[in-house]
Amino acid sequence: MLKYIIKRVIAAVLTIWVLITIVFFLVRLMPGTPFTSAKLTPEVAANMEAYYGFDKPLIVQYLVYMGNLLQGNFGYSMKFTNRTVNDIIGETFPFSADLGIRALVLAVSIGLVLGIISARNRGKKLDFFCVIIAVLGTSIPDFIMGAVLQYLFGIRWGLLPVAKYEGIEYTILPACALAFYTLASVSRIMRASMLEVTQQDYIKTARSKGVSDLRVTYKHQIRNAIMPVMTVLGPTVASVLTGTFVLESIFAIPGMGKYYVESVSNNDYSMVLGMTIFYGIFLVTCNLIVDILYGVADPRVRIGKR
Amino acid sequence: MSENDKILELKNVVYSFRTYGGEVKAVRDVSFEVRKGEILGIVGESGCGKSVTAQCIMRLNPEPPGFFEGGEIFFNGKDILKMNKKELRNIRGRDIGFVFQDPMTSLNPTMRIGKQIEEVFLGRTDISKSEVKEKALEIMKLVGISDVEKRYRQYPHELSGGMKQRVMIAIALVSRPSLVICDEPTTSLDVTIEAQILDLLLELREKLGTSIIMITHDLGVIARMCDRVIVMYGGKVVEKGTVSEIFYNTAHPYTKGLMQSIAKLDTQKGEKLKPIEGTPPDLFFPPKGCPFAARCEYAMDVCKDNPPLEYQVCKEHVTSCWLQHEYAPDTDIKKQGAVAIEKGEVK
Repeated sequence: MLKYIIKRVIAAVLTIWVLITIVFFLVRLMPGTPFTSAKLTPEVAANMEAYYGFDKPLIVQYLVYMGNLLQGNFGYSMKFTNRTVNDIIGETFPFSADLGIRALVLAVSIGLVLGIISARNRGKKLDFFCVIIAVLGTSIPDFIMGAVLQYLFGIRWGLLPVAKYEGIEYTILPACALAFYTLASVSRIMRASMLEVTQQDYIKTARSKGVSDLRVTYKHQIRNAIMPVMTVLGPTVASVLTGTFVLESIFAIPGMGKYYVESVSNNDYSMVLGMTIFYGIFLVTCNLIVDILYGVADPRVRIGKR
Repeated sequence: MSENDKILELKNVVYSFRTYGGEVKAVRDVSFEVRKGEILGIVGESGCGKSVTAQCIMRLNPEPPGFFEGGEIFFNGKDILKMNKKELRNIRGRDIGFVFQDPMTSLNPTMRIGKQIEEVFLGRTDISKSEVKEKALEIMKLVGISDVEKRYRQYPHELSGGMKQRVMIAIALVSRPSLVICDEPTTSLDVTIEAQILDLLLELREKLGTSIIMITHDLGVIARMCDRVIVMYGGKVVEKGTVSEIFYNTAHPYTKGLMQSIAKLDTQKGEKLKPIEGTPPDLFFPPKGCPFAARCEYAMDVCKDNPPLEYQVCKEHVTSCWLQHEYAPDTDIKKQGAVAIEKGEVK
């Protein structure tokens, strides 16, 4: 198991390095520089470029950047004067993560339960109801969901605050809006996976032993059915926790999403790189955790165990 | 044989499946009994209703789409079809064990072997946890699993096919049931392992006195293992009797066809095996008369439209074939002294 984990970690580090390198050179391919703005005279812009070291050969810049990165330094933002990328991530990520965790807990727990209920009552009204939720969830974009929730709960019934992020009651609507899609896809995958497991011979064996239906479900079906859900959960966790631009905008949440998107249109090299690397590390880590969890859930995946 | 010796009795069981394509009549009026300590073979080709019949007994067929159209199944005098879920659960595993065809897929891949054996005792209050473990280890030894303490903690993928089937048998036997149903237990194993597993079953019958229903399409297995045989075709029992009666005094053309289609020790080089021509009947629209009529070389006009009566060939031998009728032509199938058993008249 340890050997397996070490192998996976090395692969993960390599992945991140490749990601950094590709993004580093890709950003430079974008038209313009961070200093193409009408306010700056060409001389000032040239000064700025020299200050940030953009006049040096690209490969030197790359090596310098990598050197800083190894010390955990993402560099200064080029748009937000005197603020480092580390600062900005440090300020905004907690909001995105807080919202994301709430949404995830909601989505995974309710999604799994709906999927299981749905599979156990296949073809009945309850199943139909769960499937409708799943279809709605996967087909309604989160920003429309967010707007609808804002209108109904915030304006029409006045139950919850419409926007901003200043207390627990503020988190409910955006978390629900964010959770809905994940919830729907988790329930859909879990339902399909449960139904597949139900067909397996070992379920019949369990029934032939006199095991009750309920126990067959939670002891024999769920553990075998949960793998496909874990697979999608890796990337989902990463993307949900690092914030979504649109939802954060309509709920006025000071999260990471806004900065990420704006950094690209601003040609803010260090911000784009920093955010991407941060997101990349997050994604790779989530996938790594999922890979390790596979081994926990399914003994057949525990390779190299001695 | 007295009535008390019957531990299981099926009476006119009719079992069908409702599918999108229509109703499949999988088991059509099947009756037989299993006696204490005997091995009863059920033989027939694929799709003849063997497995469905066996799973009917423990009600393991998925319901719906499966459902009983009629009949009764008595186990130790109680009708299984009238039992509620809880009573049924108490019988499953405890009084009747089931060994499935494919050991590769019949064990839960994410549960330890020991745990899967012990699950049989779940919900029983009369036995402590340590006793359960003891019983599990004991049965594992009994079915010939080596190094039981280690195996107990292993997962199915760490075991070979033969070992897995031994585990399946251990699961079926751990609570010492009075009946074990083996649904083609050796079909997916290679020949040497097959021999070991069959010997094991015979040995366990000796030791534990368990009755066994042995479902197979292999007449060799029947000859080796069974006391009595039921031959099924098209969802019906076409012939039943002791092994020697069925093999040496065959009284149904289908059984005869089955025997001719397998190689024997004295089959000469160059001699061809004789297959049964044609295909089994479509159970969406089962034939009105004898199910085998369309493929039967002896078929007469009466066979197509009239279901054959049952004829008693001798005390332990019953066949459903018009060839036993007193007006039927003399063939090697017709037995002297065969008497029709009650039921309707010939039209």
